[in-house]
Amino acid sequence: MVEDPVMSTAKEAILQRIRAALGDDQPGWGTQSTREDTRSLNIERGYRTHGETKKQQRVGLFVRHVEEYKARVSQISEQKLPQTVADICSAEKVKKLVIPPGLDEKWLPGPESGLTFLRDEPDLLSYDELDKSDAVLTGCFRAVAQTGTIVLNAGPGQGRRALTLIPDFHICVVRREQVTGIVPEVFWDLEPVIREEGAPVTFISGPSATSDIELDRVEGVHGPRRLHVVIV
Amino acid sequence: MNISLFVACFNDTLYPETGIATVQLLERLGHRVDFPREQTCCGQVHYNTGYQDETVSLAKRFVDIFSDAETVVAPSASCVGMIREFYPKLAILSGDRKLIRDVDDLLPRVYELSQFLVNKLELEDVGACYPHRVTYHPTCHSLRMLRVGDAPLRLLKKVKGIDLVELPGAEECCGFGGTFAIKNADTSMAMLTDKIARIKETGAEVCTASDNSCLMHIGGALNRQREEVKVVHLAEILASTEAASTETNSPNSGYKKSGSQNSGSTESGPTKSGTPNP
Amino acid sequence: MSSSETGIHPTFEKTARSFLDNSQLRSNLGHATRTIRDKRRGVVDEMPDWEELREAGRQIKQKVMQNLDHYLLQLETSVTRAGGVVHWARDAAEANRIILDLIKERGETEAVKVKSLTTDEIGLNKALAKEDIMALETDLAELIVQMAGDEPSHILVPAIHKNRSEIRDLFRDKLGKPDLTDNPAELTEAARRYLRKKFLSAKIGISGSNFAVAETGTVAVVESEGNGRMCTTLPQTLITVLGIEKIIPAWQDLEVFMQLLPRSSTAERMNPYNTFWTGTTEGDGPQEFHLVLLDNGRTQVLADPAGRETLHCIRCSACLNVCPVYERTGGHAYHSVYPGPIGAILTPQLRGLSDKSAASLPYASTLCGACYEVCPVKINIPEILVHLRGRVVRHNKNWGGIRGKVNPELMGMKWLAWTLRSRSRYERAQKMARKGQRWFMHDDVISKLPGMLSGWTAMRDLRPVAEQTFREWWRTRS
Ligand code: SF4
Repeated sequence: MVEDPVMSTAKEAILQRIRAALGDDQPGWGTQSTREDTRSLNIERGYRTHGETKKQQRVGLFVRHVEEYKARVSQISEQKLPQTVADICSAEKVKKLVIPPGLDEKWLPGPESGLTFLRDEPDLLSYDELDKSDAVLTGCFRAVAQTGTIVLNAGPGQGRRALTLIPDFHICVVRREQVTGIVPEVFWDLEPVIREEGAPVTFISGPSATSDIELDRVEGVHGPRRLHVVIV
Repeated sequence: MNISLFVACFNDTLYPETGIATVQLLERLGHRVDFPREQTCCGQVHYNTGYQDETVSLAKRFVDIFSDAETVVAPSASCVGMIREFYPKLAILSGDRKLIRDVDDLLPRVYELSQFLVNKLELEDVGACYPHRVTYHPTCHSLRMLRVGDAPLRLLKKVKGIDLVELPGAEECCGFGGTFAIKNADTSMAMLTDKIARIKETGAEVCTASDNSCLMHIGGALNRQREEVKVVHLAEILASTEAASTETNSPNSGYKKSGSQNSGSTESGPTKSGTPNP
Repeated sequence: MSSSETGIHPTFEKTARSFLDNSQLRSNLGHATRTIRDKRRGVVDEMPDWEELREAGRQIKQKVMQNLDHYLLQLETSVTRAGGVVHWARDAAEANRIILDLIKERGETEAVKVKSLTTDEIGLNKALAKEDIMALETDLAELIVQMAGDEPSHILVPAIHKNRSEIRDLFRDKLGKPDLTDNPAELTEAARRYLRKKFLSAKIGISGSNFAVAETGTVAVVESEGNGRMCTTLPQTLITVLGIEKIIPAWQDLEVFMQLLPRSSTAERMNPYNTFWTGTTEGDGPQEFHLVLLDNGRTQVLADPAGRETLHCIRCSACLNVCPVYERTGGHAYHSVYPGPIGAILTPQLRGLSDKSAASLPYASTLCGACYEVCPVKINIPEILVHLRGRVVRHNKNWGGIRGKVNPELMGMKWLAWTLRSRSRYERAQKMARKGQRWFMHDDVISKLPGMLSGWTAMRDLRPVAEQTFREWWRTRS
């Protein structure tokens, strides 16, 4: 970054104000050295760091919470995926399905489904192409049972963020072993990814919604209006 | 037990019957009650309005007067809340080391009446009788600052003859807030209007609480609106006995006016039904 | 600063009065706050470790404030490392200037914007409009407010003061759709279509942020509608304004706030969308990211150890929804983008106490404590309110000139304290009041008082001094 003289003054001024503000003689606050001590102080984390340990229960809870968000859920075995995807697409009148890079090809329905796959490689799809698509099919990084949340981190089979944002219908495949219990677990799992790659992370908990008009919940404002979660 | 009564300045001046009831109740339970005459005010009004410097001197006085007491009991949740929550902070603010020590030393011995009965004496049935339909308003300070929890309700439930009805939206503030009722009179009144509607819904004859300040607020509007519902401090209900309640079947017949207890007591002295005439 | 943040406003009590008369507002607001309040309680009650989370949240924020300089520098380093550019702004004007220049340098005249209190606080939209740059609000409620030329009235549901037919009329007019009905789904659809075009072509996105992680440089936006994702993902350039208090030390700390915030704000286990981005990512999202760190009075708040806790706020608006005062007056009475209990403590500290309107806010509370009880980071709002009242009183004593020194409240309070400091003076005052009150008594009650006290007796009777005070009774006994 080029050193802009005005900017560096603002920076210095703010830091100066902070140090002056904290340099008070109140008991418990105080000098630089005690402030460094407070920084190394550990926070009391008395809250739960792990949730339900039984996979079956975790999945059940996840399903219940996702359904409360009015998303659809199917539970099937992985071999049935191509057929299920084809069925969902035909039921929802999907013709053009967006496929992110790295998605397991075994998940895709065959040509008999009549679907057109829009692939984001080698060239990126334009926003316009995405807007004209009918749906996107992705995997995910994790799912959280406690909150019914799907976590994306732009990994293989998930694609860049625009892919799960512009199409109006999102079909998301969640493997049973990807379902974690509670929120802290997923932040724990994400930490290395964030530290090493700084990948963008998206949490999705049901389709977009607003309650801005007299607190009436309306599904589907800007994000995908429909979400179908397929658990394998 | 030797109990020093802190009656609170507005009870002393406006609601003597509450103090009297407290004395009678505690004596009936076999305790010795003393009233240190030097006491005036805990300083709550000053503190809450922003006059902290003025409060320090009042806090000092309070601590001096009660420092030797075995136990201090007050029939006012907000005053005890003030003392428990803010005296330590005030003391630190004043920088007076002696005050900090004295406050620390005194605090564990200061109780609000219902907490004293339920938590300290471990009593619920105090042998009271009050054959009236009563609803209980948990005042904000008793609920959220002092955390008396259900102590007042547990006491009320054991009162003979009482018809205790739940107050809908009980935990909502009545809109008093000390000087708030004056500075923001309109907003305060809007809150009070809703509270009164709730009280009327219960069909209770009496609304009770552990603080006369809120009752003064609620009763003030009930009286203005010529409502039949009366406000009566918890201490007075707990002090009532069978003997007193057979004298009359109206909760305030000790009063000459038909209005609420706020209608004053200029002729009959500080008595009202449920509080035996001293 | 925007007009909502500067200039002379009436005091809280003056505006509150006019809103109390607005029964439409009161019923909208009453319905809304009650709905969210009950839902919040439900999702909080299902958390067995809620108190532990609150305590952890409080401690994290406290640690941040004690070391704010350190964490800001750390954030700057990590954001820069991740491909972002960090700017520092002492005040609103400086922040607006930075953003204006960024947009102009890119030759743009339009930006899409996601709801943000911080950008409202600095009056960004107006500052941009002055130089012919249109910042389009994309949140449904904010769009409504922007179209109506209005001010938001609630942190979370800014258009809570408008009902569906008012919104229908507005959309019919502004979106040129004369056949719209007042069905919320249909109104929402109309907004969606209008905004979608804008999103897909926008070159600049502007956002605030809920959290920024010092350690990793990750910035978070928590939202419901998806417009936040649109604004932070689709444009080439993203500009984010961050109040310096929004920082948190480590990635792990998000696990605390991402549990506290959704349940406290929208009363959901998790809100529909959260976006966390760390600088820029090749081939995904904006290729240019600018983070503007904003002071604008925050260091002033930090300087008061007893008020500092105010900066812990995560803007969930739970305190608004439980506040009996806010429920009845609405947000506009606070004359600030921060209404309700949090506004009552934040605004006077940000603006300073010479601002009469801001200085009236600490009194806009009964100190009932409902806000403290729900606050996910345990800000002791009642205590800070009382502390600020103390500052207002001292401010008036010291700076109020002669009028400050002889104001009736101050004199009355001083006299009262003097009286209460002595038993004999106190007892004499009781007797004098008993004599004096005869002038005001009517039917054995006081129903009319002069001056300041008339506020009480306008609508309530007052009990007179008893014929025999408690202490007089006690004397007869012994
Ligand atoms: S003060 Fe607490 S309750 Fe109010 S908005 Fe801030 S975090 Fe939420």
